[in-house]
Amino acid sequence: MIEQDWIMGALGGLMIGAAAGLFLLANGRIMGASGILGGLVDGSGKDSWLERVAFLAGLVLVPILIVPIYTVVDTHITSNLWVVIAGGLMVGIGTRIANGCTSGHGVCGISRLSPRGIVATLYYLLAGGVAVYLFRHILGVI
Amino acid sequence: MRALFAFLSGGLFGAGLLVSGMVDTTKVQGWLDLFGDWDPTLAFVLGGAVIPMFFVWRLTEGRRPALGGFFPPKPHVKLDRSLAIGSMLFGAGWGLAGLCPGPAIASLSFGGLGGLVFFAAMLAGMLVAVPIRARLEAMPRPA
Repeated sequence: MIEQDWIMGALGGLMIGAAAGLFLLANGRIMGASGILGGLVDGSGKDSWLERVAFLAGLVLVPILIVPIYTVVDTHITSNLWVVIAGGLMVGIGTRIANGCTSGHGVCGISRLSPRGIVATLYYLLAGGVAVYLFRHILGVI
Repeated sequence: MRALFAFLSGGLFGAGLLVSGMVDTTKVQGWLDLFGDWDPTLAFVLGGAVIPMFFVWRLTEGRRPALGGFFPPKPHVKLDRSLAIGSMLFGAGWGLAGLCPGPAIASLSFGGLGGLVFFAAMLAGMLVAVPIRARLEAMPRPA
């Protein structure tokens, strides 16, 4: 890690926190990416579909506007599509069963001192650490 | 108005994910790689996001959202099987592929084929989760 990385990390984090704060104070909603998307996918959030679609539109479109002035735009995602598919399925199933992901349980839950958010974050960080250890250092897949 | 503020919030979230490096799978996996070349950047991202939100939650006390309605009620403490199983499954997938839901959506325009495949698999997973969640919730709690 170079020094610039943590400055950009903290700056980007502040922007994420400000986005969550705006959504909460204006719309009264928890900014959770998996919940906003998942409610559209399974129909459970159809009463607030416009708000969800508008949020997702901003989330997809604004990075397009920033990309030309921003240099690091590669996700560096693996070219092994089996890993990508397995990871995507696990993220989709897991976040909906747990009712939250890094933004909902992590950012919004921890800051509210919600036991569910804190416990969920401990579980997914632990599982993520084990997965990277297993698939990188033992199996050498990633 | 609700849609406008939702759009602005989503846009700011997307910009933050890009600037912070959360859309970079090598940074995410570097952060989760405690036994390798550990990259602490994500601690700064999480800290940067949680600290302002802590104060925003204080602001909500005794008030109502600017655009009407009510703030989400504090969920009662239910540390159940769904939360544990779901979070562990999510974390394992996050470690394996390096993307969580927000960055997966934010990187759709520049993430290439891999990003699209991840997004499609995530949507499929969200549908598969519906019957699984119903089953988990119907199961009797362990004595």
